[in-house]
Amino acid sequence: MDVLGDAISQAIGLLLSGDPYLWQIIARSLQVSGLAVFFGLLAGIPIGTWLGLARFPGRGVAVALVNTGLALPPVVVGLFVYLLLSREGPLGALGWLYTPSAMVAAQFVLAAPYVAAITLAAVQSVPPELRLQARALGASRWQALMLHLREARLSLMAAVAAGFGAVISEVGAVIMVGGNVHGETRVITTAIVLETRRGQFATAMALGIILLAIAFTANAFITRVQQSQPRRRRPLTS
Amino acid sequence: MPPAAGIVSTSVLAFLALLSCRSEPREIVLTSTTSTEDSGLFEVLLPAFQSAHPQYRVRVIAVGSGEALRLAARGDADVVLSHSPRAEMEFINAGYGESRDRVMFNDFVVVGPVSPAGRTCDDRDVIVVLRCIAESESLFISRGDDSGTHARERELWAAAGLRPEGEWYLEVGQGMGAVLMMASEKEAVTLSDRGTYLSRSDRLQLRVVSEGDPRLRNQYSVIVVRGASNPDGAHAFVEWIVSMSAQKIIGKYGVEKYGRPLFSPNARPPGM
Repeated sequence: MDVLGDAISQAIGLLLSGDPYLWQIIARSLQVSGLAVFFGLLAGIPIGTWLGLARFPGRGVAVALVNTGLALPPVVVGLFVYLLLSREGPLGALGWLYTPSAMVAAQFVLAAPYVAAITLAAVQSVPPELRLQARALGASRWQALMLHLREARLSLMAAVAAGFGAVISEVGAVIMVGGNVHGETRVITTAIVLETRRGQFATAMALGIILLAIAFTANAFITRVQQSQPRRRRPLTS
Repeated sequence: MPPAAGIVSTSVLAFLALLSCRSEPREIVLTSTTSTEDSGLFEVLLPAFQSAHPQYRVRVIAVGSGEALRLAARGDADVVLSHSPRAEMEFINAGYGESRDRVMFNDFVVVGPVSPAGRTCDDRDVIVVLRCIAESESLFISRGDDSGTHARERELWAAAGLRPEGEWYLEVGQGMGAVLMMASEKEAVTLSDRGTYLSRSDRLQLRVVSEGDPRLRNQYSVIVVRGASNPDGAHAFVEWIVSMSAQKIIGKYGVEKYGRPLFSPNARPPGM
């Protein structure tokens, strides 16, 4: 028990002392996962919206595929992105392997299905009459669509939080395509693996505390959004 | 059957299943370096041990030498096979080890990119090579994980009177196989044990930059951990690995595939 207790108290000391090694890793984690989720939104929102509103043959299969994306194993995504970016791979010329760009790419593949799936559910939860009414009142198709997304915006924010929480705590993909290079591609999760192996439990624990805090914040946000849903019934004219 | 009884009996079954996952008394936990695991030596060595001692099972935990010794010091291993002489001596002096026997050796090699530009630092003298790399700021990948190879690399930099740092010096904190793949991808130089390098060389775009310097000799030793949870198994394993029959297997390993052995056995003959 004293090993665990020591690690925790030393970890708090390290965090408070502003240890540059720790904070540099935390910053890199936030940067990589933040960018991945941002690009995930750019791709996931249009796909989710389209799947939620359009009716076409094979839509069921497409929806199933997006939902499968929620369970994509990070190591498989890592392997796939690694082979793409490897010097002999199709995108090898980019020179991205073992750089933060490769990590953003891998986490993007993980985050985009999250955003798409949650957007899909959010868009479908808004009554379709809303758009019909808006159209009847003279709104253009684009305006009606924007109104629809506005109604679903809280759920979309939950999509951001869920996607971010999923990718920032993932280790399998980033260690394969990032390589855990000190000062460059070392992020919270890969550093925890390394520091635990090296017996630097305090450093590992400090990073673990930060990661938990980030995951907690993301999930607290999602919970708040979900709890506030039923109170969102306002008249359309407001 | 009432639902409660169903839940209780399922829980009991699950608990029994969990108990059966515990290590058996016949299990020998061997912490070893990633280099021996990556070279594939255990795949021939362990089946041979198992057929000589069918009552034991060996579980290999492949980590860096530093971690292998740390795990053993915490009582999580019975036997350690490592290649970090200084760390091993500290381990023995601290009273964690019962015995230490040498098993085999090979050597470290400095490997680098195949491109003509990558040949500028070639030399037999590893110190000359390291100074050349630092001066030209050629990309160098360090294990950075307190492994035996990392320890040797730091000793070599110290012997060269250098403190490597800067954009060209990458510490990656991964195993030997992963580091060689990174060096190949990034056209960088790294220090590797010959065994792992040879066993991967067909998939790597790397070549030897420096070899044969006496400072690159790599000795592997086996340690019986004091207070091992399976002392009989630990002693049986150590006695077997230094025996003639195991030493022969080690000396032959790799000849068929690479044209030369990956390791040279050098255990003391029994009775000396």
